[in-house]
Amino acid sequence: MSSKSPLSPHLQVYKWQLSSLLSITHRMTSVFNLAGMIFLTLWILLLISGQNTFSYFEMFSSSFIGKFIFVGITWSFSYHLLNGIRHLFWDLGYGYDLKVANLSGIIVLLSSFVLTFLVWFI
Amino acid sequence: MVQFNLPKDSEVKKGKYYKAESNAKNIKKVNVYRWSPEDGENPRLDTYEVDMDNCGPMVLDALIKIKNEIDSTLTFRRSCREGICGSCAMNIDGSNTLACTKSAKEVNGDINIYPLPHMPVIKDLVPNLKQMYKQYQSIEPWMQSSKTTNGSEGLQTIEDRSKLDGLYECILCACCATSCPSYWWNGDKYLGPAVLLQAYRWIIDSRDEERKKRLKKVADELKLFRCHTIMNCTNACPKGLNPAKAIGSIKKMLVTEKSN
Repeated sequence: MSSKSPLSPHLQVYKWQLSSLLSITHRMTSVFNLAGMIFLTLWILLLISGQNTFSYFEMFSSSFIGKFIFVGITWSFSYHLLNGIRHLFWDLGYGYDLKVANLSGIIVLLSSFVLTFLVWFI
Repeated sequence: MVQFNLPKDSEVKKGKYYKAESNAKNIKKVNVYRWSPEDGENPRLDTYEVDMDNCGPMVLDALIKIKNEIDSTLTFRRSCREGICGSCAMNIDGSNTLACTKSAKEVNGDINIYPLPHMPVIKDLVPNLKQMYKQYQSIEPWMQSSKTTNGSEGLQTIEDRSKLDGLYECILCACCATSCPSYWWNGDKYLGPAVLLQAYRWIIDSRDEERKKRLKKVADELKLFRCHTIMNCTNACPKGLNPAKAIGSIKKMLVTEKSN
């Protein structure tokens, strides 16, 4: 008797490509951005609820974790924005050649850190 | 919901170890996915020590050597051994390619060989590609033209003909389709890079008269737009083609030729 066919391994064995890593990062940053929006909304809510409650927020945001989250959100927004522009170029029909796509990916990744740096330290 | 893990009956267990003869000097370990429909067991990973001094240069040569000299039960597809039939498509060293054009030396360390990813396995390295063939059929991959040419050729300008370059070379080996995460998760509805590249090959052919019908047919959220330009397909293609670009071209056409 023949038994049921197994499913061949996929994620378990497939090597990450630069392109696939950047793609999943794009998707992940979209989730982070959503979390970031909620976080920012909370900030504004606390702003209108008076100085006492807001000072708690200030305490949190000046802590290491708070700063990490803010910088993280900035990076997440930066990456998603820049890679979104990369997607727009694809939609216009440009940048599909492997070399160009890899190069644009590296540029997007590096620029996302540069943009984060510019926002926070200049 | 997407399932990232393998089902229980598909988990790969440790397999057998086949030692090379003691006088072999240049040994390469080849780990091969094995599954037989007959014994009711889980898939396993067998390891073969292959004497590379007495073996051809390609991964397919190593597989044939294993089958001839070490373990005749090993099952895989192969035919032309020169990258034109597409039979020996499999996952080698973590990415999909043809065993016959992949140099064994190119692989650092052990050579890991699995069947094409996320496919039902018939035996060992032989996947069931029925689903993709069905999808290929659905795009009607043949010339549709009302013109009769009275036995002569249907002529095309040099420029129109050149639009088929980078498309007609596709050998339908399924390396690209089975490298695509979107195809893994939605393969039952999403057509995948191989079939979409073929769809584009007929859409762009100046001799074909059903361009509009063909475009309309693939203009679907699931069939076409599950492509998120991950580009695993283009990375994998053993013929150096660019399915991602072909899919992008269809998407663009749907916007720019909306007038119909």
